Amino acid sequence: MSKFPKMNYPLYIRSIPTENELKFHYTVHTSLDVVDEKISAMGKALVDQRELYLGLLYPTEDYKVYGYVTNSKVKFVMVVDSSNTALRDNEIRSMFRKLHNSYTDIMCNPFYNPGDRINSRAFDNMVNSMMMQVC
Amino acid sequence: MEGLTLSEAEQRYYCDLFSYCDTESTKKVASNGRVLELFRAAQLPNDVVMQIMELCGATRLGYFGRSQFYIALKLVAVAQSGLPLRVESLNTVKDLPLPRFVMSKNEQESRHTALYSSDADNPASYSGVIPPPPGRIQVKKGSVSHDAVQQRTSADQQESTSPVVSPQQSPPTSPHTWRKHNRHPSGGNNERPLAGPGPFWAPFSEAQPGSSASSDPIWSGHSPPPHQENWVSFADTPPTSALLAMHPASVQDQTTVRTVASAATTNEIRRQSSSYDDPWKITDEQRQYYVNQFKTIQPDLNGFIPGSAAKEFFTKSKLPILELSHIWELSDFDKDGALTLDEFCAAFHLVVARKNGYDLPEKLPESLMPKLIDLEDSTVGEQTGEVGYSSSPAEAPPSKSPSMPSLNQTWPELNQSSEQWETFSERSSSSQTLTQFDSNIAPADPDTAIVHPVPIRMTPSKIHMQEMELKRTGSDHANPTSPLLVKPPDLPEENKMSSSVKFTSGNTVNGYSSSDSYASDPEQIGSTVTRQRSHSGTSPDNTAPPPPPPRPHPSHSRSSSLDMNRSFSVTPGQQQAGVVAYPPAVPPRPQPSQGAGPHVHRPVDAEGLIAHTSTSPQQIPEQPNFADFSQFEAFAVSGVNKEEEDEIETHSEVLQVEKPSDSASSLRVAKADGRVEDKAPANVPTSAGKGTTPLAPPPKPIRRRLKSEDELRPEAEEHTQKTGVIAAVLASQPSIPRSVGKDKKAIQASIRRNKETNTVLARLNSELQQQLKDVLEERISLEVQLEQLRPFSHL
Repeated sequence: MSKFPKMNYPLYIRSIPTENELKFHYTVHTSLDVVDEKISAMGKALVDQRELYLGLLYPTEDYKVYGYVTNSKVKFVMVVDSSNTALRDNEIRSMFRKLHNSYTDIMCNPFYNPGDRINSRAFDNMVNSMMMQVC
Repeated sequence: MEGLTLSEAEQRYYCDLFSYCDTESTKKVASNGRVLELFRAAQLPNDVVMQIMELCGATRLGYFGRSQFYIALKLVAVAQSGLPLRVESLNTVKDLPLPRFVMSKNEQESRHTALYSSDADNPASYSGVIPPPPGRIQVKKGSVSHDAVQQRTSADQQESTSPVVSPQQSPPTSPHTWRKHNRHPSGGNNERPLAGPGPFWAPFSEAQPGSSASSDPIWSGHSPPPHQENWVSFADTPPTSALLAMHPASVQDQTTVRTVASAATTNEIRRQSSSYDDPWKITDEQRQYYVNQFKTIQPDLNGFIPGSAAKEFFTKSKLPILELSHIWELSDFDKDGALTLDEFCAAFHLVVARKNGYDLPEKLPESLMPKLIDLEDSTVGEQTGEVGYSSSPAEAPPSKSPSMPSLNQTWPELNQSSEQWETFSERSSSSQTLTQFDSNIAPADPDTAIVHPVPIRMTPSKIHMQEMELKRTGSDHANPTSPLLVKPPDLPEENKMSSSVKFTSGNTVNGYSSSDSYASDPEQIGSTVTRQRSHSGTSPDNTAPPPPPPRPHPSHSRSSSLDMNRSFSVTPGQQQAGVVAYPPAVPPRPQPSQGAGPHVHRPVDAEGLIAHTSTSPQQIPEQPNFADFSQFEAFAVSGVNKEEEDEIETHSEVLQVEKPSDSASSLRVAKADGRVEDKAPANVPTSAGKGTTPLAPPPKPIRRRLKSEDELRPEAEEHTQKTGVIAAVLASQPSIPRSVGKDKKAIQASIRRNKETNTVLARLNSELQQQLKDVLEERISLEVQLEQLRPFSHL
């Protein structure tokens, strides 16, 4: 999973054990376009917490990409294997919620400058635990 | 000089001292400068020092090796105890107290600051680094350390070279700080301070394994004699502090000059981070210091320090931003971007520890967590309630264990009583339990969020929802299936109960109750599961209308159907016999011979049909038709056919009516999958044939029946034709008196039979109508439920 701020540069990227980092990076970046598209399409209802996004499912790649946008235009993108069929919408949403909460916690830290890479250990732990749950 | 035997305490002490003097970390040679300083600190006359040095062989060697150093130390002890310096005295003197080194403040500070200044030019930095405290120390000798701390603080603020407060000062200035603190707790507490460093140093043993630990008992055992009290303790502690200062220094990265105050604080902390087991504990003095610092920023002890101010404050500590960030994360429990006094103290303590070479913990140590204050239980409870409940809906802290302890942030007045600390430890454990509890809540929270969509899954009963919830906490994978698995058993029961009538109607309609529906049940259940899953997954997309509800098991068909079955089962035999018998009777008709031919065929066909349908008991209702059909002669048959047609049509109509209602009522419960499938293909022929609306086809028997209907239809057409012929025949009856008489009897018999059939069928019809009404009611109720639940699917 990774998260991007407004300018669409990654603040944080973490991969599930199969470390095909590069492929995930690529996927995530391409998905950003779709995310932006959705954001612009929304217009009014800016407060769209749940942006469940299953569209990006390549038959070959066999994984799903989920997106989530906060009010401050920080985007979270999550890529999971399709083999994880048990991952339901609700779980994805809860994971995004957790991510969002952790992100706000980081924001509260006066030592953290928005736009920096996220180096928080607590955040890392949370993300790791979440990914362990899934895999 | 040889064979120096040291007691264990001595051994350790000397080792520490050696390490202290081992500025170059050679572990072999003590730098002369240090050694000399040490000796000077021993407050021995110089000539004695020289003598010692000679004796230990340093002058010979030109340096202090470890053995020389030890010897020298022992000689110092000897000298201090007033014994003449002799080589022999080294080993002969027993119970020699450990050498005491009293260093002047200046020397200490200079040494210490020199240790820690980034520019490790010891002599040079002395003057520049030496903070004012020396003078202050003199003043403070008689004062309470509390005041001393404050004075120090103020002085520091006045002349601090680096930003105040932050305990950037490492150990260097600890000695005088220690002095103060030793003084402060005065008599009885001498042990404590001494004990403090011991265990405190133990943690430091990470840096210097063994040596610090070794010094512990030395120091503790070395309680100053009462008369010397503070000074002695000071004397003792400084070297220790020096030693300890050494240790972190060797480990730590060079830091810039710090103020005395912070150094003092650091030393306080170090020394008083008391128990070996809990290096993170904040001592009273430390806490006092923190509080004072807090006051400088935020006069109100119950208030908050905003994040920016705290950032500025802690940035002065010159720790890397990353570490400061981590410290903040650890200490800010409620993640509000502001520090309460508790949080502030914890953060301060962490900074101090980090400065001293401790690694930052991953999680906040218990002793640093905000205290669970029991002084104001009500407020605690309130806060607990507020914070706890506010956090749970927000789901913010779920993953963060310290969130629960943050509840206890009622900061009563700063009671530095020991009991507070004890209770603190108690509470910290309870806080831990709370944290555990919170973490238990944590997984539940997402689940509660997940529970919300549960209704989407269209579980009609709360029990199912709860089950789903529970199962979701357990494993997510099982969830989709579990509730579904739970449901079908219930649903069939419900359906059994509710649609028993329907089923019987189905029975009557098809008669083929048992085997077929039983067989279809498992399939239906499976299909139910899949269907429901698809429903849950695509709740807004209710594409396929749910199949009709399952028919109850055919444990008991309606009596009428039984009767019918019985009656019809009985009759076919007879009728079949009759059929066999009759055909020969047909040919005698002269005119209808042509018609008889076909009629013969027809009975034959009917026979065939009967034989075909007799396999299925559900055909029984139809059989009479066929039976009648076959029995009757042409015109009679035609009449029967007409009736059959009508009956069949009524039946099909009833079926048709039933089917939509069934479809509707089986919105949620989809058991009659087989039936649906069966009905579907049968629908085609019916629709094609009769032009009726496509319906969920009844099971095969019905299909067969419909087929038979289809078959009947052309036959019916024939019959009509035949009817016409028969009518013509009848008209021409007079020409055949004999057959007429026979026909009359046959006709009457057939009429009687028809009437019976009529009554039976009429009764059947009425029952079916009743069932229809019930089914419609069910359908309505289910639709209402659906509507109620449907909105949730859009969330």
